[in-house]
Amino acid sequence: MKRILVLGGGTGGTLIANLLAKKLKNEAQITLVSASSRHLYQPGWLYVPFGWQDPRALSRSLKSLLNKRVQLEIGKVDRLDLPAQAVVLEEGNTLYYDYLVVATGSRVTPEDVPGLAEGAHHFYTEEAAWKLHAVLEEWQGGRIVVGVGGLPHKCPVAPLEFTFLLDEYLTRRGLRDKTEITYTYPINRVFSIESVAEVAEPLLKERGVKIETFFNLESVDPEKKLAISLEGSSLPYDLLVMIPPHRGAQFLEGSPIADAQGWVYTDRTTLQVKDYPNIYALGDTTNLPISKAGSTAHFEAPVIAEHIAAEIQGRAVDLQHASYNGKVTCFLETGYGKASILAFDYDHPPKPPAPSWLYHYEKMAFNKAYWYLVPTGVI
Amino acid sequence: MSNPVQISKEIDARGSFCPGPLMELIRAVKAANVGEVIAVLSGDPGSVKDIPAWVTKAGHKFLGMEDAGGEVKRFIVRKAR
Repeated sequence: MKRILVLGGGTGGTLIANLLAKKLKNEAQITLVSASSRHLYQPGWLYVPFGWQDPRALSRSLKSLLNKRVQLEIGKVDRLDLPAQAVVLEEGNTLYYDYLVVATGSRVTPEDVPGLAEGAHHFYTEEAAWKLHAVLEEWQGGRIVVGVGGLPHKCPVAPLEFTFLLDEYLTRRGLRDKTEITYTYPINRVFSIESVAEVAEPLLKERGVKIETFFNLESVDPEKKLAISLEGSSLPYDLLVMIPPHRGAQFLEGSPIADAQGWVYTDRTTLQVKDYPNIYALGDTTNLPISKAGSTAHFEAPVIAEHIAAEIQGRAVDLQHASYNGKVTCFLETGYGKASILAFDYDHPPKPPAPSWLYHYEKMAFNKAYWYLVPTGVI
Repeated sequence: MSNPVQISKEIDARGSFCPGPLMELIRAVKAANVGEVIAVLSGDPGSVKDIPAWVTKAGHKFLGMEDAGGEVKRFIVRKAR
């Protein structure tokens, strides 16, 4: 019986393992390796700093989300042994595969910027989001700098959403007049995709947010409370919320299948890993020029499941599900109970509609329905 | 077109979309020594505007842009500080 090994227990890994279990019934042995026994709903962390979401409601037992035919192995990957078609875990056990799916996502690396870990907050881990909540609870006014400390990073619109929600939060608490908010971004507009920047920039200006573009964070001076850019500018702050740089999983750095930052060389349509036709990658893990977001993994997983299942079943691939076209859909919270939606693919940039109550409620509903719909493969 | 300056590093960012080529250039400039010349190949039309704008903002020297076949352009930058 063919062995399929899935690395990663996030949206991509959980979904692909479940899709394969459904398609292959008893035709393959499917094992999912995850460093954690919990599945985290990371998009929910956006609301934690404002006290609008209890972080305990944002994770579930991974086992409870997996099809019964998927074996779960809790452990951290130490290295890939590509010639032997094996994965070695840190505890020393070795797992062999006929097909490998790499869905190990991305990780934040604040250590890549001097002073960042000591001087800044963020909301890209459960713990950091909770710490930021404690700081905001005590906030009485001053200068807040919100920015992006490196590209690419996951959930690309989250820093914009955070800034809009921060404006709302401070207004509700009567502290907006006492707070100066500055938003920074590495390139010469407020977001990498032009059509999104065109919607977001007027909204930031309308809310009195100062904008500092071409700001590539070089270092943070936690004592002087300064965020310093490669371009030579420095911003004084009382509270710095900086999205840390990201990298792929540690074991991928230096691996033949990934670049120096650990992003896996992935074919943009088949999602096969370069030079390794029996290895696939999805979600944040890849080097594809698309959003690092759960939504990406959600649309990619059926393509990989179809390729592997067709090969094991000795049939031609169903052309409807054989190639990924770069599809991503995500919401953009704009504060005060409104949101917009971004839907795009490799060839079509998003055309975000004007923010409305409807999209905000859709996002709220999706945040709750996620557990029943996405990891299990219902939609 | 021949280029009289000595290019110490050339980055091939063809096939990468905005802001890929610019971010690749920023990374390379960060790692380079003052005075070194970096070239970046980009087929992304946004680079024509974005790369010179960033070089000016960051206080480096934009030495020029030349055709490198098809839609691809080579942008040449000297690290100045």
